[in-house]
Amino acid sequence: MSSAPDTALREIQQRVMEANHTGTALRLCGAGTKDFYGERLEGERLDLRPYRGIVDYEPSELVITARCGTPLSEIESLLAARGQFLAFEPPAFGGDPTIGGVISAGISGPRRPQVGAARDFVLGARLLGATGEELRFGGRVMKNVAGFDVSRLLCGSLGFLGIITEVSLKVLPRPRCEQTLALRLSAQDAVAVFNRWGSLPLPISAAAWADGIAWVRLSGAAPAVRAAAQRIGGDALETQAATQLWNGLRHFTHPFFAAEQIWRVSVPSTATLHEPAQAQKLLIDWGGSIRWYADATMGASVRAFASAAGGTAMCWRGHTGETRFHPLSAGRTEIHRRLKQHFDPNAIFNRGRLLATDGRH
Amino acid sequence: MHANGHPHDSHHEPAWSDPERTLSPAAVSAVVERLRGALPADGVLASQEELRPYECDGLAAFRCPPIAVALPRTEAEVRDVLLTCRALDIPVVARGAGTGLSGGAMPHPCSVVLSLARLNRILGVDPVARTARVQPGVRNLEVSEAAAPYGLYYAPDPSSQIACTIGGNVAENSGGVHCLKYGLTVHNVLGIRGYTIDGEMIELGGGALDGPGLDLLALAIGSEGLLLVVTEVLVKLLPRPPLARVVMASYDDVGKAGEAVAAIIAAGIIPAGLEMMDRKATAAVEPFVKAGYDLSAAAILLAEADGTADEVTEEIQEIERVLRNAGATAIAVSGSERERLRFWSGRKNAFPAAGRVSPDYYCMDGTIPRKNVGHVLKAIEAMEERYGLRCMNVFHAGDGNLHPLILFDANRSGEWDRADHFGAEILELCVQLGGTITGEHGVGIEKINSMCVQFSPAERAAFFAIKNAFDPHGLLNPGKAIPTLRRCAEYGKMHIRHGALPHPDLPRF
Repeated sequence: MSSAPDTALREIQQRVMEANHTGTALRLCGAGTKDFYGERLEGERLDLRPYRGIVDYEPSELVITARCGTPLSEIESLLAARGQFLAFEPPAFGGDPTIGGVISAGISGPRRPQVGAARDFVLGARLLGATGEELRFGGRVMKNVAGFDVSRLLCGSLGFLGIITEVSLKVLPRPRCEQTLALRLSAQDAVAVFNRWGSLPLPISAAAWADGIAWVRLSGAAPAVRAAAQRIGGDALETQAATQLWNGLRHFTHPFFAAEQIWRVSVPSTATLHEPAQAQKLLIDWGGSIRWYADATMGASVRAFASAAGGTAMCWRGHTGETRFHPLSAGRTEIHRRLKQHFDPNAIFNRGRLLATDGRH
Repeated sequence: MHANGHPHDSHHEPAWSDPERTLSPAAVSAVVERLRGALPADGVLASQEELRPYECDGLAAFRCPPIAVALPRTEAEVRDVLLTCRALDIPVVARGAGTGLSGGAMPHPCSVVLSLARLNRILGVDPVARTARVQPGVRNLEVSEAAAPYGLYYAPDPSSQIACTIGGNVAENSGGVHCLKYGLTVHNVLGIRGYTIDGEMIELGGGALDGPGLDLLALAIGSEGLLLVVTEVLVKLLPRPPLARVVMASYDDVGKAGEAVAAIIAAGIIPAGLEMMDRKATAAVEPFVKAGYDLSAAAILLAEADGTADEVTEEIQEIERVLRNAGATAIAVSGSERERLRFWSGRKNAFPAAGRVSPDYYCMDGTIPRKNVGHVLKAIEAMEERYGLRCMNVFHAGDGNLHPLILFDANRSGEWDRADHFGAEILELCVQLGGTITGEHGVGIEKINSMCVQFSPAERAAFFAIKNAFDPHGLLNPGKAIPTLRRCAEYGKMHIRHGALPHPDLPRF
């Protein structure tokens, strides 16, 4: 008798092979917390949640391996019981996403500038391609340079190359001590001090600005956190208030994200700040590298200033006359096209989600 | 089966992967002439004695002269070399300092070596953004030297950092002794600029922390010169920790030392460095460097803490406590920077020491889940007897990255072959235990056969498809990193064990 995961995987493979045969578009689904994300949704739903479960976790190896349908909450509570966590702080959007969805979207939380992005923690992945065959890339070890780094390529690929059926992630010990400080600063001054502190050996694990206040989180050994808090100054937040603040930014439940039109501008942390007419329409995260604008009047000009600053602008929510993601160069688009041609020649997977043009001939 | 794009199609395997292909003397002259037209007079080497230094990289057992070496000074000249080779259908092997240990920069017999050594300028250090923009020929250590006045440094520190270049580090995704805490090259490079074989400029990543589309930057790092030629690198700089101290612990059993490593991690500590050496290694280095190693110990561990004085004090106490509870027979803590460097000197000189105690040595680079360290060391002991060769072991214990150094004498008949098979058996064991054949040195030409053990035909076809997406003509570093189906079939035939083929799923022809 075969186990539930085996059956679930076989059913997924069966659906993929049929779809590939008939050229049917499949829309890969987990918990649906990120349905808003990407260019568009197209195709028959393929629910990947039945293929779930933690395959391997040994705290002393700092690695967890789970099937794509495993709920994030299950992974996080298992890690928490052993004093560990996913340091890239993936967003839950007020729901309970699957780990497959987390890695496919590759969105990272407030800790990103200091500890790394989701892709930095991906050690290995299995990819179910259009033929229904599972391919294994990377592994369950910290260092691995055998073959191209396909597992990191899959992170943030939004199903463009196929289904991530299993993923191995590096985990870290939870910091022993955390403290959040609040400083009343203008947005410009906040970006300036975030950059200055970044060049000092301070245990900063997040730096954001909203509503006229700069928030700085310190994480690490107690003496280091204490010393850094003295140096930075400001007012210390109660633990509960700090948790609420960072969870709000991490999971996009902060009131700012209730706006109907939101642009996400990703630029070098030192880029000149483009300030909206009203200060409350701006939120800064990642120590100045991400600037969120809840401003419907910005329109396409946001792309121009992001490009000029050496970055890109994404329409996170709301309407845009163009694509949601910042357009790619012709050279990079061509590389995407060639990769798609091999991995998914009939464009069955998440058609048009990563690239608006994909699947349209 | 589908008409196009089936992963089992071998049509992506580039023609130049076949090492048997040759060029006529007239064709060689034509290439040299065209290159001379594209570069200044001192930019092309083509005589036999000029080519000799380029026959191999740090893996000297594999050698082959190229047809010419191109030494451009500018991006425009790099592009001209690529366009010339593309027009004449000539393979290109990019090269940095030639310190690689897997033969990644060993020339193809029909290739032009594209040396990036003269693109060696630091284009800018931005202390506010904490980045440095450098050309690929800049040496790894130079970046940290340029950043030092601002209290910053570049974290990846491969042991060859005095000589190896950033371009080579990007090609190999190099690590170092501090990567458990600070990551590999892929975690410390923000962006690259380079050229495809068609002379198209391509920029991946940059000063922003993310961008749209597939993460081609992550794919390009560690691609061993198969996808593009890098001409500029934007690296991340970190604040230099004000203090570092190291704990040295002795164990009377390698298994216990392995458990001590796991205990440190389980205690929630991520040391800045966590290294292990077995008795054969300490015995080899101690007479030369006098590091003060405990020669009665079966293995010693070095665990480093860095940060502010308060942080280091707390972490060192914690490390000491854990190591003692894990059965350490002796413990010493560095009391000064001088002593810290002395403790490390033996570990850093392990490779040269191997060269002193043996005419030749062969360095392996497998990685395993940490829990298997003791098991692998015992298996290697058994292999020593079977192959009649000694092996000393040093490794990045925190990462589970082993560097067994197989000692042999190339002048004795059959010893190199035995060393080669010994190494391949270690790598197969690493794969069996859920690890990998290379943690940080790359596949190159050296481990190309072991790739057949680690990856299925469809997985290798996917690698060729990725190469094809960047380099459709298959001209960049052909024959490296990914074995063809034919090569794996031949390797499989050599390794028939217990009367069964190891890869029954492999098409044979």
